[in-house]
Amino acid sequence: MTKRAGYVFVAPFMVFFLLLFLLPLGYAGYLSLFKDQLVGGTVFAGLANYSRALADDQLLHGVLRVGLFFLVQVPVMLLVSLGAALAIDSGLLRAARLFRLGVFLPYAVPSVVAALMWGYLYGPSFGPLAKLGFNPIGDTLMLPSLGNIVTWEFAGYNMIILYAALRTVPAERYEAAAMDGAGPWRTAWFIKIPALRPALLLCLVFSVIGSFQLFAEPKLIQSLAPTVITSSYTPNLYAYSLAFISQQVNYAAAVSFLLGFVILVVSYAVLLTASRSRR
Amino acid sequence: MTRRSTTLTLGMGAVLIYFLFPLFWLVIAATKTTGDLFSTFGLWFAHDFSLFANIRETFTHNHGEYARWMANTLVYATVSALGASALATFAGYGFARYQFRGRSMMLGTVLGTIMVPTTALAIPTYLLFSKAALVNTPWAVILPSLVSPFGLFLMWVYARDAVSDTVLEAARIDGAGELAIFFRVVLRSLGPGFVTVLLFTLVATWNNYFLPLIMLNDPSYYPITVGLASWSAQAVGGSGANADLLACVVTGSLLSIIPLIAAFVLLQRYWQSGLSAGAVKE
Repeated sequence: MTKRAGYVFVAPFMVFFLLLFLLPLGYAGYLSLFKDQLVGGTVFAGLANYSRALADDQLLHGVLRVGLFFLVQVPVMLLVSLGAALAIDSGLLRAARLFRLGVFLPYAVPSVVAALMWGYLYGPSFGPLAKLGFNPIGDTLMLPSLGNIVTWEFAGYNMIILYAALRTVPAERYEAAAMDGAGPWRTAWFIKIPALRPALLLCLVFSVIGSFQLFAEPKLIQSLAPTVITSSYTPNLYAYSLAFISQQVNYAAAVSFLLGFVILVVSYAVLLTASRSRR
Repeated sequence: MTRRSTTLTLGMGAVLIYFLFPLFWLVIAATKTTGDLFSTFGLWFAHDFSLFANIRETFTHNHGEYARWMANTLVYATVSALGASALATFAGYGFARYQFRGRSMMLGTVLGTIMVPTTALAIPTYLLFSKAALVNTPWAVILPSLVSPFGLFLMWVYARDAVSDTVLEAARIDGAGELAIFFRVVLRSLGPGFVTVLLFTLVATWNNYFLPLIMLNDPSYYPITVGLASWSAQAVGGSGANADLLACVVTGSLLSIIPLIAAFVLLQRYWQSGLSAGAVKE
């Protein structure tokens, strides 16, 4: 009896999962093996799309760019999140609740609106930042400027995850530390940060996915700086313009597939490095 | 422990200013005409206070499409979030509490896809949907948002811990059917997990841009994100009929974030305990 009930509970999810997750994934894999030709229509191409993608400088530069973005932006963001979570948890702050809410608030702002706001702040026509005498959306500062937008959006979200994990540290550990005469700084370093490992790892893995999928922010800033943000600035922008502007559907499917693969590899590499360094 | 630190409070104050600064700018900018946006200092009010004129213009521009976009977003986000949380809760409980053939294979497949990025799926989904004539309908945005492998993961972990075997056995001895047990006994203890997944998916669909951008052509189906982006693109063109559109983009941005911010402020207690469940269980 209970055996059949198990199927009843999981069936609805599994049907949707099959149709809307595995089927598109399989279809992308299938499409990526064909190519469009002016003469003869769509023909089987084997792995030609993949060998083209691996030799595609535009794709490679996009992947390297988001890779660099990940290496710089994510540590900065997580340091801000960690610092804020520790400060709020320390009991040393006045109005801690206000800080917790205020830092988290940008998470409720859609990335489109965040990019529009920061875009206006960066922009040359009436942005207060441009009046300070530098151009945040020029060639050299564009990537840090995008990093700033993403940090602004997600630092608070990560802070809440870390803060929630801090609340579960058993009180005895703090008491033991206090007996040993540890102040708030030593408590944070020797007890809180080690206890945050799993939560930090969770934040890190989600940030891999976020960084490599970067799309809305560069897409919206593009209209302010079309020469800096090209149609292949990030891999996702590239896949988008391949599919919907230059109509190379099969190649776009191969690029999407490869991008998903890169994200999987980097995510597992992060997990593996973290679990190895724990020992 | 209870002694407060002024230095730390001031330091965090600086951090808080960074996070609130763009929102402060947005509030100020929403009170200005497009002309004043260009000609006055960005971080303080202009001489004319045109917030109400801007709101009126935002809601009436191009036959009131802004209100339509807000309504679309509300529908897409609510239906997707409720559907995704319900599916994940059902299945999470099923995987956590029942033994059946193929269970570990199915669960393993779903958990293995947690790190598959949704945007990698968006283009193939678009191509499939265009064959099924689903493109450019609300379903094109709602259906893909119904599947949340991470939501299933959370609910699976949650159901393992939150539901006790003794309670289930007692209900079975009383002769209750499995579905009746779920709705009468189990659902209550899964509440916090359900709220967590609901919040995750609600914010994700409310803020989604890539999927509706590729799926929808007809502006009357746009959610607020795609709508605002299209206004912004017209405003950058910035001459003739669209010269005044910039004030609408700014005011529309401000109005669009009020519902979610209000929800987060009002529901503080719930999302903080909900998110903590997600962080702790990992």
